[in-house]
Amino acid sequence: MTAAPLPYRVVGNRAESTDTRTLELEPAGEALTGFRPGRFAMLYAFGVGEIPVSVAGLRHGVLSHTVRGVGAVSRALCAMRPGAQVGVRGPFGTEWDLASADGDLLVVAGGIGLAPLRPLVRAALSEPEAHGRLNVLIGARTPQDLLYRRELAAWGRPYCGVTVDRPAPGWEGEVGVVTALLDRASFTPQDTTAFLCGPEVMIRATARELRHRGIPPERIRISLERNMHCATGHCGHCQLGPLLLCRDGPVVGYDRAEPLLAVREL
Amino acid sequence: MRHAGVLAALREGPRARLLALGREVSFAAGTRIFEEGERADRFWIIRNGTVNLDIHVPGRPAAVVDTLGPERLLGWSWLCPPHQWHLGAEAVGQVRAWEFDAAEVLSLCKDDHELDHELLSYVVEVIGRRLRAARTRLLDLYGPYGSGPQP
Ligand SMILES: Cc1cc2nc3c(=O)[nH]c(=O)nc-3n(C[C@H](O)[C@H](O)[C@H](O)COP(=O)(O)OP(=O)(O)OC[C@H]3O[C@@H](n4cnc5c(N)ncnc54)[C@H](O)[C@@H]3O)c2cc1C
Repeated sequence: MTAAPLPYRVVGNRAESTDTRTLELEPAGEALTGFRPGRFAMLYAFGVGEIPVSVAGLRHGVLSHTVRGVGAVSRALCAMRPGAQVGVRGPFGTEWDLASADGDLLVVAGGIGLAPLRPLVRAALSEPEAHGRLNVLIGARTPQDLLYRRELAAWGRPYCGVTVDRPAPGWEGEVGVVTALLDRASFTPQDTTAFLCGPEVMIRATARELRHRGIPPERIRISLERNMHCATGHCGHCQLGPLLLCRDGPVVGYDRAEPLLAVREL
Repeated sequence: MRHAGVLAALREGPRARLLALGREVSFAAGTRIFEEGERADRFWIIRNGTVNLDIHVPGRPAAVVDTLGPERLLGWSWLCPPHQWHLGAEAVGQVRAWEFDAAEVLSLCKDDHELDHELLSYVVEVIGRRLRAARTRLLDLYGPYGSGPQP
């Protein structure tokens, strides 16, 4: 972990959808180590500002981040061409901890929430014998908003399903909330570890449904990407009850998060 | 066989008595199973394939609002007035289903209180779940920050 950002060079910038791009970054000098699926970096667009962004890929020393342009910093990052420099601090936060998941895997993502789950899915695919069945359930707003389209076909072992809220002409897949895909997944609830990331309302609804189906709360891991600022547990910006999400999260067990998510204002 | 959806919600006895009234039907891809506004006098339990539920929007292609897969209940408008479909339904690929005549099922339920209670409870749960899902989707949760609620 570093205090000052280290310079990284943009080596790729691919459009995922109209407002979302995946950046690939290589160290311009010294490299940061310790990035794991679930953890995040603080990305600094020089002269604009710094924001937390999850790791969306970790391959051969290249860090991938999928960024949705919603404000000044995220849009500046999305606009960066290969060769541009970004400041990177990190890694921060907790990881998904795939190694401790022995049985079936259930990955449930909503919208940009698929980004932090991609490296987890890739890791699970690279060591199939270490886990049970891999199910990936994805909810997106429209078919055009679906991330990593070219990769998804390889993700279903045995099941990778996508559902959208608003289909476009020609869409032949499912329409509806992501929990409706659960009937199509194959998993043994008491031995399943679930990994959830997306809007909090979706996380809450999905976690409740998984509890109802018999997955123990400590086996439901959720990533809470509340607005944060310092990323080092000092400023209190991202506090959720007793948790400072930049330090104790973003990945937390539902056994800890459930009572906090039920509170109206935290 | 392990059941899901409506068949899992019914115990063995009522399930068998309901299924005894079912007819096996199949719909080719693209078949309109029912249309919005038509009389709702039957329902289906999907065995395999997928069905799109849609709303007619004047001057535009029908907007798909939901999809239903295996073992899901297709149709509940038969249960309460005005007994009209409030959505349309179309088979996405080849669909196989059990079809039930609403009048026959309701008449069996008059004497079979166990089935009546379990089926009704299930249908109410389905309606509740679909209502919650529809409301959640009104929030446009996956939209860019700003269109959905701020945490
Ligand atoms: C741990 C963590 C991981 C994240 N990972 C990713 C990622 O992989 N990809 C990605 O695109 N984004 C991710 N985000 C969200 C990202 O950090 C914000 O979109 C970014 O901070 C917005 O900054 P901005 O300057 O571009 O826009 P601003 O002008 O600061 O904000 C634009 C709008 O977005 C709202 N907003 C900002 N941050 C959040 C947030 N976290 N949740 C909800 N609303 C917010 C603001 O209130 C404002 O309405 C992550 C956030 C956290 C905390």
